[in-house]
Amino acid sequence: MKSFLAEVNEKINGVPIQRCYHCRKCSAGCPMTSAMEHNPNRVIKMIQLGRREEVLASSTIWLCVSCETCITRCPNEVDIARMMDVLREIAIGTGVGAKEKNILKFHEAFLANIRMGGRINEPSMMVHYKLKSGDLFSDMAMGIDMFMKGKLSLVSPRTKDMGSVRRIFEKTRQA
Amino acid sequence: MKVSYYPGCSLHGTAKEYDQSVRSVSRALGIELEEVEDWSCCGASSAHSTNFLLSIALPARDLIAAEKKAQDVMVPCAACFNRFKTAEHHLGHDPALKAEVEEIVGGRYQGSAVVRNPIDIIANDIGLEALSAKVVKKLAGLKPVSYYGCLLLRPPEVCRFDDAENPVLLDRILTALGAEARPWSFKTDCCGGSLTISKTAIVTKMVDKLMAMAREAGANCLVTACPVCTANLDMRASGGAGLPVFYFTELAALAMGQEGPEGWFRLHRTDPRPLLQGLGLL
Repeated sequence: MKSFLAEVNEKINGVPIQRCYHCRKCSAGCPMTSAMEHNPNRVIKMIQLGRREEVLASSTIWLCVSCETCITRCPNEVDIARMMDVLREIAIGTGVGAKEKNILKFHEAFLANIRMGGRINEPSMMVHYKLKSGDLFSDMAMGIDMFMKGKLSLVSPRTKDMGSVRRIFEKTRQA
Repeated sequence: MKVSYYPGCSLHGTAKEYDQSVRSVSRALGIELEEVEDWSCCGASSAHSTNFLLSIALPARDLIAAEKKAQDVMVPCAACFNRFKTAEHHLGHDPALKAEVEEIVGGRYQGSAVVRNPIDIIANDIGLEALSAKVVKKLAGLKPVSYYGCLLLRPPEVCRFDDAENPVLLDRILTALGAEARPWSFKTDCCGGSLTISKTAIVTKMVDKLMAMAREAGANCLVTACPVCTANLDMRASGGAGLPVFYFTELAALAMGQEGPEGWFRLHRTDPRPLLQGLGLL
């Protein structure tokens, strides 16, 4: 059976993550470490040690906001931001799901909105997210303020050739 | 010059003042914009966070549409810009992926339309002298800090138009407009991006730090080129105690004496008009 390390490296399809020598430049520059239970370089070590369930069930992989500071500064060109994407994909694909449920629900609402109209309609995407997450009332005053200013239009132009957009979603759907 | 134009979803909604100011400034600088035909969303963070292939195929559809015109593509939104540059990078470096994506999208990708941000086009193609020649009202007294955020410059081998750690083009543009750009160390720090919806408390903490550092640098406003950064800075500071935030094109239009800025400023959550009126700029 393939090791967790081999599985992750294969999906990254770039510099193998074991090139990391733990200088911790990534963790020093990461804007999210204070909210993460494992620092980025620690995630690499955990993958090397085969701690698959622990990594996939962590909030760290969802809190990574893909600012790409880590890959910009890594002396060994380990693409940690891409690694986090890969870990999220594996967590979704293997049914582990997301420790940070609302972050994944936001992504799902966002992609569903593209699938529907080709472009994001911000109010309908937000309503969808709120219904999915159950977080109904946060940002209400802000939403109303934006609506009054005419920044949120309920009807916005859509992509005409929706067939081509839906085909992209069909053909990239993961098993 | 003529370029293709990809506004992206935000510029048709919550960032419409960015769209209108980019169009207005481009017109004044002789940049003709031709909107990419029947474009679709780039997929943003949500696509690449959950499905790599989708995150390349969505922008590839737009790049292929843009290639019908042999000209650069202007992408003002930092998030769209980053996804387009990333797709451009992967499609240019990975022939197997390119073939797979072409099959998914149903078209050939040539790599003939280069993706560019308006900061790059204005600073490098139009030039700072031509820009300052258009200024009729110098933005004297305005002390902005340039805020690039993450997605315009990282990773550097993908984005490639300004220094990834200490970028300078936005400062130069603001200086050409007569503003007194303040130096600070947080130009490329993160605002929290799309976590603003699902993890608001984290984003508020990040925005508060940026606001505190901007004040410490002696700034009276922040300048961005990103709808997500702008939304977070403009709306997420605790107690509504943030400094005003501008798209750089709004300030360019103001300095060039164009119609429109006052209406755009009304759309901001943190009203910038008292600051500008106090400086005699509005």
